[in-house]
Amino acid sequence: MDHKTVDLSLLDGVLAEYASVKGSLITILQHTQDIYGYLPREAIELISEKTGIATSEIMGVGTFYTQFRFEPVGKYLIMLCQGTACHVNSSELILQTIKDELHIEDGQTTEDGLFSLKCVACLGCCSLSPVMMINEDTYGSLTPEKTKKILKELREAAQQ
Amino acid sequence: MRIVIGQGSCGIAAGAEKVRKALLAAHVNPADVSITGCIGMCWLEPIVDVYDDNNQLTRLVRVNENDAAAIASFMETGDSSAVESLKVSEEDSEFLSKQTRIALRNCGIINPEQIDAYTAAGGYSALKKALCDLTPEEVIEIIKTSGLAGRGGAGFPTWFKWNAARQSAGEEKYLICNADEGDPGAFMDRAVIESDPHNLIEGMLIGAYAIGAKHAVVYVRAEYPLAIKRLKNAIAQATEKGIIGEHIFGSDFSCDFTIKAGAGAFVCGEETALIESLEGHRGMPRLKPPFPAQSGFWRKPSNINNVETFANVSWIINNGGEAFAAMGTDGSKGTKVFAVTGKVKRSGLVEIPMGKTLRDVIFDIGGGMKTDKAFKAVQMGGPSGGCIPANLIDTVIDYKALGATGAIMGSGGMVVMDESTCMVGMAKFFLDFTAKESCGKCIHCRIGTKRMLEMLERITKGEGKEGDIELLEELCYSIKDGALCGLGQTAPNPVLTTIKYFRDEYEAHIKDQKCPAGECSDLIEYKIIADKCRGCTLCAKNCPVDAISGTVKNPHVINTEKCIKCGKCYSSCRFDAIVKE
Ligand SMILES: Cc1cc2nc3c(=O)[nH]c(=O)nc-3n(C[C@H](O)[C@H](O)[C@H](O)COP(=O)(O)O)c2cc1C
Repeated sequence: MDHKTVDLSLLDGVLAEYASVKGSLITILQHTQDIYGYLPREAIELISEKTGIATSEIMGVGTFYTQFRFEPVGKYLIMLCQGTACHVNSSELILQTIKDELHIEDGQTTEDGLFSLKCVACLGCCSLSPVMMINEDTYGSLTPEKTKKILKELREAAQQ
Repeated sequence: MRIVIGQGSCGIAAGAEKVRKALLAAHVNPADVSITGCIGMCWLEPIVDVYDDNNQLTRLVRVNENDAAAIASFMETGDSSAVESLKVSEEDSEFLSKQTRIALRNCGIINPEQIDAYTAAGGYSALKKALCDLTPEEVIEIIKTSGLAGRGGAGFPTWFKWNAARQSAGEEKYLICNADEGDPGAFMDRAVIESDPHNLIEGMLIGAYAIGAKHAVVYVRAEYPLAIKRLKNAIAQATEKGIIGEHIFGSDFSCDFTIKAGAGAFVCGEETALIESLEGHRGMPRLKPPFPAQSGFWRKPSNINNVETFANVSWIINNGGEAFAAMGTDGSKGTKVFAVTGKVKRSGLVEIPMGKTLRDVIFDIGGGMKTDKAFKAVQMGGPSGGCIPANLIDTVIDYKALGATGAIMGSGGMVVMDESTCMVGMAKFFLDFTAKESCGKCIHCRIGTKRMLEMLERITKGEGKEGDIELLEELCYSIKDGALCGLGQTAPNPVLTTIKYFRDEYEAHIKDQKCPAGECSDLIEYKIIADKCRGCTLCAKNCPVDAISGTVKNPHVINTEKCIKCGKCYSSCRFDAIVKE
């Protein structure tokens, strides 16, 4: 994504609602990420201007929490669960399968901008372990075969 | 007849929403279809409950879209023969009938998106009773009689914290619910919020009344979007009915209610870090004292309790402290919810009275192992807890008895392991977690967990040295002593308990470069047993590095020089011809 295309007017509503409510920085950053898919530099500067919180502090908060990203992500964000139950039920194999299929490491995005991979703490669907979430959808009881099939279907859906 | 579909996160992930749509497409009257939260029989999802006109339940399990027509015909004719194969087995039903449900009493029964469903089940009567008939002191007294202790992990008496916050000077106070549920492998709190959000709201409002707070705040982890959605909906409904707001039930008590979503940091489950995060900062713990009861959110007196703690409160007010205290052991009263997962046959939510044993939960209710391998250990308390070995399976569920094993009651995660799980690997797994999640404020935790992780990584690679175990132990004790908050103070527990009960496994890694469980890839070799191999070529096709050779219908061989030990051949072989050594 071209950084120049960041439309800051999209933040007007969020800033009008929260900029002067104390303690709202994390909430503002969450809305910002919902809008752009990540935290663009320009948005952070605007938030700083409107809230009076220094950009250094915003970056401090943003980098502390794993939820926040500073780079755009792919169309499909794969969140692979790293919880204890998933570990015991071989989530390592699923991670390897995704890496092999997409040729990316944790935290990276495929060249075509389709998939991003992120290993996350427990998703709380432990009975279906191993589990991953892709955008809003949860996929459970994964096997390498099932994982490949899901990725293939998504890739095909995106090409249509 | 009517249909109720289990739609907690697990149910939806297993396909419950697809089933609902398929039922509507099969012309089941939409008015007869409703949803409920998590029933707790997660391994049988998606679950469809069919009630006839006399409210007799037929429970259908592992339903998929293709079953919709059969269910629709059952609905129309009342003849259940078409759905015979979907009916829950007698054995599986025992998973629920052997439980005693208080915190989960409405979960999987009522519709979590409708306040009327909650009030029809007796909801908000305890709040009304507290506000109209009891003084705050009397409420605290009832909680004291009940013996309710914090379900977030530490097991601190709830009445004591409420009393301290009540006694604290100042007009402005906060009641906070910790719904951060950071233990990877636990999902009790998520289930309560998704399935019975009004029960949480009611418990919190009673708590707020008891301590004299006018503001209630829930801190929910960001990974739980459905819980956040249902809780927001419940707050809006309760506000509309005047249950949240000014002069609740005509009393002098007023309270507002907000939700804040976390942003993915385990340390924010620690109460002072949680407060920092609520204020919009990095979630780094504060020094205690002062405790939150004196100086918490915005430096005002604050009380923080766990979701499950609050979920018991309305039941206690309605049924009396004695009824709650009648269950359990001398030191641990009432019931506890566990999220039983891992290698267990029936994986889901189990609520049982304190005083039952681990065997009751894992074998009697959980059905034992799902594999043909033997039970090895159960992990309780997540990154702050430990592994309890098979020979202690009769340990009683009680704060003290579990603490004596070196593990903790914890918030309720119970991850069951069989012989295929490496215990050094398990310790490494948790240290990897705590090292990543350490906030970095104190040196013992920041550097100590990293050093421990490095040692465990060495050991699992077969590069362990004589004296490593002793060094690990020494490091554990100094981290416990020196760390600032609970995260660091408890981070060594997974290492200490695995050394205590599985020292031989550590020694096998260090002295013989062997992983007895066959999990540490650097210490194993894959081999094909010629007698068993049918030459189907599947393993060779799956091998990413072409390390397997052989011709069709003839035994194959693995070139161990080339092999990267990914295990793909092992998991793809249909004839058990590949072994790990
Ligand atoms: C690192 C760490 C993580 C914690 N995570 C949680 C959590 O996810 N949920 C929770 O209720 N308590 C958690 N706690 C315990 C809380 O600090 C606190 O004791 C608890 O919320 C109090 O509620 P209770 O008395 O009802 O148990 C955690 C503690 C530590 C040290």
